Amino acid sequence: MTQQVLFYFFATVLVAAALAVITVRNSVHAALSLVLTFFTAAGIWILAEAEFLGLALIVVYVGAVMVLFLFVVMMLDIKPESMREGFIRFLPVGVIVALVMLAEMLSLIGVKALQAQALPENPALAAGSNTAWLGKALYTEFLLPFEIAALILTVALIAAVALTLRKRSGVRTQKPGEQVLVQRNERLRVVKMASEGGKGESA
Amino acid sequence: MISLAHFIVLGTILFCISVAGIFINRKNVIVLLMSIELMLLAVNMNFVAFSRYLGDPAGQVFVFFILTVAAAETAIGLAILVVLFRNRSTINVAEIDSMKG
Repeated sequence: MTQQVLFYFFATVLVAAALAVITVRNSVHAALSLVLTFFTAAGIWILAEAEFLGLALIVVYVGAVMVLFLFVVMMLDIKPESMREGFIRFLPVGVIVALVMLAEMLSLIGVKALQAQALPENPALAAGSNTAWLGKALYTEFLLPFEIAALILTVALIAAVALTLRKRSGVRTQKPGEQVLVQRNERLRVVKMASEGGKGESA
Repeated sequence: MISLAHFIVLGTILFCISVAGIFINRKNVIVLLMSIELMLLAVNMNFVAFSRYLGDPAGQVFVFFILTVAAAETAIGLAILVVLFRNRSTINVAEIDSMKG
């Protein structure tokens, strides 16, 4: 009973926050609503006893991705008004398409039949915890995909840096690499000179 | 008791909201990216629910990979956005037409 009340509470907040994401005028507010959406979704996943993924969602999305979003939104200096053109024009189309899609999907899924399907006993309990259950599958059956995921993250990191890196011309900066690589004879020149043969000493 | 239907319906509603978001925010690339994130969240909701229902960890492992790919996609998408804004001083989709597509 408590679970059901909590589920409906989280679901209401989730839908309201998702609606706020797509309708608010200010992009910063949209990003903050998206934070609330992810946080609430994490709550729902924890209700579904997927504790590890719920916490991962908070850490990865709320902690990293949304901060990146907020950072970019605040950096880009966008005028909210210019972004609203066509909002009213496309609103009816968007709402109609979404409602038709919702009706179609719900009728295809067959909600009535699924409502009888209560969730079974938590399968993770046999393994000790959700994290252990997930970890056993991840590091045995899905080891290769796991390594590929790590590779994808590395490539994405390099790509993001390579895309935004720019060289400025006319700026004087230190080049530590060249400074370290410098040879003695590039800086110091020993000049052989003939001595003046004792005349200088007497003067 | 919470049934499978609760999660599936919630995922469907989220997915439809994000589709509507893509329709009505056609000018703003940032909100478009946020709608894509919502869509991925809706799909993940289904994966979690079915994984729990069928007692198979593969569904939750898949959510893990979707999170990874989504994070990579967001990082690269936002990097492209920053470069775009630096070159064109706008992120309005209607004004980005130099390729005459």
